[in-house]
Amino acid sequence: MTGWSAALAIARKDLQTELRTKESINASASFALVILVLFSFAFDLGREELLEISGGLLWLVYSFAGALIVNRSFARELPNDCLDVLIASPAPGWAIFLGKALSCFLLLMAVELISLPVFGIFYNVQWTGAFFSLLLVIALATWGITVVGAAFSAVTVNVRLRELMLPVLLYPILIPLLSAAMELTTALVNGEGLGGDNSAGVRLLVGFDVIFTSLAIYLVDFILVV
Amino acid sequence: MREKLILSLAALGTLLLVWDFNTIFLHLPDEALQGAIYRIIFIHVPAAIGAYVFYSVAVITSAMFLVKKDFKYDSLAVACVEVGATFTLVNLVTGSIWGRIIWGIWWTWDARLTTQLICFLLYLGYLLLRPAVTEPTQRATMSAILAIFAFADIPIVVMAIRLKNVRTQHPQPVLETGGLDPSFWPPLLISFAAVLLIGTALVLVRLHQETSRREIDYLRRELHAL
Repeated sequence: MTGWSAALAIARKDLQTELRTKESINASASFALVILVLFSFAFDLGREELLEISGGLLWLVYSFAGALIVNRSFARELPNDCLDVLIASPAPGWAIFLGKALSCFLLLMAVELISLPVFGIFYNVQWTGAFFSLLLVIALATWGITVVGAAFSAVTVNVRLRELMLPVLLYPILIPLLSAAMELTTALVNGEGLGGDNSAGVRLLVGFDVIFTSLAIYLVDFILVV
Repeated sequence: MREKLILSLAALGTLLLVWDFNTIFLHLPDEALQGAIYRIIFIHVPAAIGAYVFYSVAVITSAMFLVKKDFKYDSLAVACVEVGATFTLVNLVTGSIWGRIIWGIWWTWDARLTTQLICFLLYLGYLLLRPAVTEPTQRATMSAILAIFAFADIPIVVMAIRLKNVRTQHPQPVLETGGLDPSFWPPLLISFAAVLLIGTALVLVRLHQETSRREIDYLRRELHAL
């Protein structure tokens, strides 16, 4: 079994477990919904103001939902010492990590694509016109969240108060990514395209993804022996 | 020998600082536009540069721990991060005091202020993670990985904040633009030397404490084994 097929097998296993138990996707999607409702109480905004902060609202919801999903990624393997078995298996470390990151990515994308129309309906934001550009931004930023999230999920898997430590470590690292994603999303729902000034934001998302994917893959063997 | 070195560094640093304060407070004239408060630059700027020097040492020693698995590198990394974070805090607090006098507000989400705050939060996460892990090898490995991730994030944070086109209220850095009066250079350089000397003394004290703590921990484990 090559590394790539091992990564796909691990991603498939995680997705299958998740589809059977639905433990993180249900919690994450419900949490996203609750936060969307809470925002409507927190801010009393006019249409113009709402459009200006729409990207920020959406990415706060996504980043909260993302932390819930990545938190379970490696913690799921703790009962019955499954993590030790995975590490002892012939699958290389990077394949285990990429498999985990891929399954988190698909789960978070699902939660995001469910909450996007809900966001559009609740806040009367038109997003369908720029759907494919928005999908590109969501996919790039979600990969960044899940790749750093899965790495930190592995780092904190044996830590006391894991559920609290992960967001404390994760969010400061994600600030540049979230900031660019928020700016781009606001621009897209306001009718702008991804060209011109906004292309710098896309380049930042790609750069973040490339840097942290390479760093995580390079360091994963140190992370997994932890 | 170690105590003598620490004492000498700290004494030399303190003497330089006292001499420098004498020049800054009693001999330098007030600045034409800002009045007396400009003197804060002699602490504010060296603290910021000092912090990045210690963060750079921390990332190098963290990488060396991962390669060599020698705990002295981990102790040096944590000592440098603690001193770096303290200097970042000094930089933020002095900047905030200056802002209160010149701008009339304690804080604004200016590019440089935000970058420094995020940098502080990144390393705060590092310092919070350590006590949450009891096993020494695990703690050192996790911290090293986190230090590398945090350091890689800093340039991306700077880029992301520049992208947002935030209004820059922070004065243009006089060190880069060459707008610093020649008579201000000697006290600034002396202050920088004093910060580095005091910082190095603090790092050596923390290094000694970490080494002792590890020895005590080792003896305690041996005692339990008996």
